[in-house]
Amino acid sequence: MHLALFIIFAGLCVAGALNLLLQRHPINSALSLIVVMSSLAVLYLLLGAEFLAAAQVIVYSGAIMVLFTFVIMLLNAGKEERTHGSKLAYIAGFPGAAALLGLLTYIFLSHSAAFGQAHLGEYLATTGDLSRVLFRDLLLPFEVTSVLILIAILGAVALARKEH
Amino acid sequence: MVPIAYYLVLSAVLFSIGVAAFLIKRNIITVFMSIELMLNAVNLAFIAFSRQWSQVSGHLQVNGQIFVFFVMVVAAAEAAVGLAIIIAVFRARNTLNVDQIDLMKL
Repeated sequence: MHLALFIIFAGLCVAGALNLLLQRHPINSALSLIVVMSSLAVLYLLLGAEFLAAAQVIVYSGAIMVLFTFVIMLLNAGKEERTHGSKLAYIAGFPGAAALLGLLTYIFLSHSAAFGQAHLGEYLATTGDLSRVLFRDLLLPFEVTSVLILIAILGAVALARKEH
Repeated sequence: MVPIAYYLVLSAVLFSIGVAAFLIKRNIITVFMSIELMLNAVNLAFIAFSRQWSQVSGHLQVNGQIFVFFVMVVAAAEAAVGLAIIIAVFRARNTLNVDQIDLMKL
């Protein structure tokens, strides 16, 4: 059951990410990124992270991607032009990314026994468990992030405003 | 049951696709979206490692999930500011192609 769910949603994740890479129009890329983020929420739930699964749907596939699609529609972004600015990205970038993937996959799979197995429904982190750490041990960082959000809002308004 | 290593491999795959998309995409919004994809891949790795630590120590450990929470908060702030910068750049240059946006001076 767990393995079947993992394979379905991991497949959706990878398919969505590849679609993001292959689509030419930014709105198609944005919609496939929403698929990736929603399937990741299911994977978080399989790993027992309840609150983060909900937050992933609300914050990422909700708020952030709506912002992206709004900006794409606002700027009337059309199909991407195929200009080849830098050959270095193709020469060094792709082998680099492939080498990174190969190395990480090799390390993870060769130490697979040490990482252990995930069983469904074990170590469920409820919102209460998370908030106990967040509001007791990490209260100051939490408050600092609220200041960060405030500054980000002000910065976004100041940057996007029309200059006279 | 699923080995936690599979989740980590999935995270590596998503991160590598994000890197590749960051390098070959020419639209500034799509480049920004591939950064979000990389952040999501790292979040998955954090949650998988948090689960592994719970298993090793024998009781629930949520520190990895707290990390993901902070990454989400910072990513939301970053998306707001980044998209505002993209709108400002589009107003000044009238293009979204990264090859034509290679000077910081407006």
